[in-house]
Amino acid sequence: MNATAHAPKEPPTKVSVRGLDFYYGADRSLKNVNLPLHANKVTAFIGPSGCGKSTLLRVLNRMYDLYPGQRAEGEVLLDGENILDPAVDLNALRSRVGMIFQKPTPFPMSIYENIAFGIRLYEKLSRADLDERVETALRGAALWDEVKDKLQTSGLGLSGGQQQRLCIARSVAVQPEVILFDEPCSALDPISTAKVEELIDELTNRYTIAIVTHNMQQAVRVSDYTAFMYLGELVEYGETDDVFNKPKEKRTLDYITGRFG
Amino acid sequence: MSLYATRRGANSIATTLCWVAAIFGLAWLFVILIALLYEGVRGLSPAVFTEMTPPPGSAGGLLNAIAGSLIMTIIGVAVGTPLGMLAGTYMAEYGRYTKLTMIVRFINDILLSAPSIVIGLFVYTMLVHPMGHFSAISGAVALALLVVPVVVRTTEDMLLLVPGSMREAASALGAPRAHVVGKVAYRAAKAGLITGVLLAVARVSGETAPLLFTALNNQFWSTDLAAPMASLPVVIFQFALSPYKDWQQLAWTGALLITIAVLALSIAARMLSAGRRKSK
Repeated sequence: MNATAHAPKEPPTKVSVRGLDFYYGADRSLKNVNLPLHANKVTAFIGPSGCGKSTLLRVLNRMYDLYPGQRAEGEVLLDGENILDPAVDLNALRSRVGMIFQKPTPFPMSIYENIAFGIRLYEKLSRADLDERVETALRGAALWDEVKDKLQTSGLGLSGGQQQRLCIARSVAVQPEVILFDEPCSALDPISTAKVEELIDELTNRYTIAIVTHNMQQAVRVSDYTAFMYLGELVEYGETDDVFNKPKEKRTLDYITGRFG
Repeated sequence: MSLYATRRGANSIATTLCWVAAIFGLAWLFVILIALLYEGVRGLSPAVFTEMTPPPGSAGGLLNAIAGSLIMTIIGVAVGTPLGMLAGTYMAEYGRYTKLTMIVRFINDILLSAPSIVIGLFVYTMLVHPMGHFSAISGAVALALLVVPVVVRTTEDMLLLVPGSMREAASALGAPRAHVVGKVAYRAAKAGLITGVLLAVARVSGETAPLLFTALNNQFWSTDLAAPMASLPVVIFQFALSPYKDWQQLAWTGALLITIAVLALSIAARMLSAGRRKSK
């Protein structure tokens, strides 16, 4: 229940969620959530459908702001700055906190343009520099070898797994500090899933990562820390090994052993 | 078993009725097309495209009417399209949940089904009467007023079809709203937006009533926007009602030209939206 008390002795905190409440209209869907995201680590959010884990993720880049009637209260500190402050520049925030969605969302343009889109928003580069950035991003997402000969073809022509890696490349190209993954593999086959998971592993060298997943094996495979949520509350937070092997809460044990959820 | 037999019987009756209804509708369309082709093609000659509308009893063509139709349609669409696109964009992208959008959508739906003669009378009162004479520009304004609701509707509908996840993905990269709309949503809806404009062109290019009260007609070649201007629909209206054989022939030919143009636009619109579905 009191999650912050379990926080282990560890790497620096990149994002710190403090006393976060979230409302969809009058419905309170997050209740006093407190947790850190450690720099260059992967934190997994697990829990049954409707527990608020995606909601929590969407607070971290204020994606909820696109819709009326949704609001967050409390504090979310990114490098010590409260991003819930109304004065925060949302576009600048989102360029620092990238997001990968459940379904791949390539834009209806060429593979090259998909990547260049984000880069052009914040930098004015020469053609050669831009080419290089696109290549770096695609290499970073382990997609370069598969698409280097068809950069000018539509991103919609790629397979689902390739599309998802294209989206990761697109996100990485903007050089964010934090990347949020919202069930990134739920629409992918096992082989594509394995590739995306490998990629997440590599990305931790440079980025702080949060991932929402329904797949507990995936949480075990990719994450360093795990947060178990239930009915809008953070039930347990800790190192992934601890949460899965010796959970402190009975509800966590019940969930990870498949007794509900 | 008897229940099954009843169901099969009901199915075949319903299927037959569907066929009959479809054939009934299509048959008239074909009769109209065949009559148009039969009567219209006879009058088709180079003179139709090179000579002005004649006085009764002499030879002539439809050049001034074709040019007038093109000029007024182009101006009408050029004025109406941006207005409609901007309104539709506001409704789908910026004010999706606002009361203003609901009001505009309601009024737009009324405008969409307003009889075009009402639009003609409206422009007559607002423009023609104060100016003191009929003019091509008031004809173009009347057509623009017919274009706007069509474009508003298709723009809003097509943008609403763009999945929200696409907008979220663009926003998640830190793209400002204008980029999300202009570079992502518009591009995703491109085929649909063009289809909407083509349909609007098809709709207004056959309109007679709004032009009768505004641009009226002109026997002669004129590109003066402040003066009355000929147009195919009005010429057809005038010539078809006349007792003169040669005028009636030109009316058939003009009707054939409009029909072919509208048909071509509709097919182009169809192909665009089919291409869009395939690429998905």
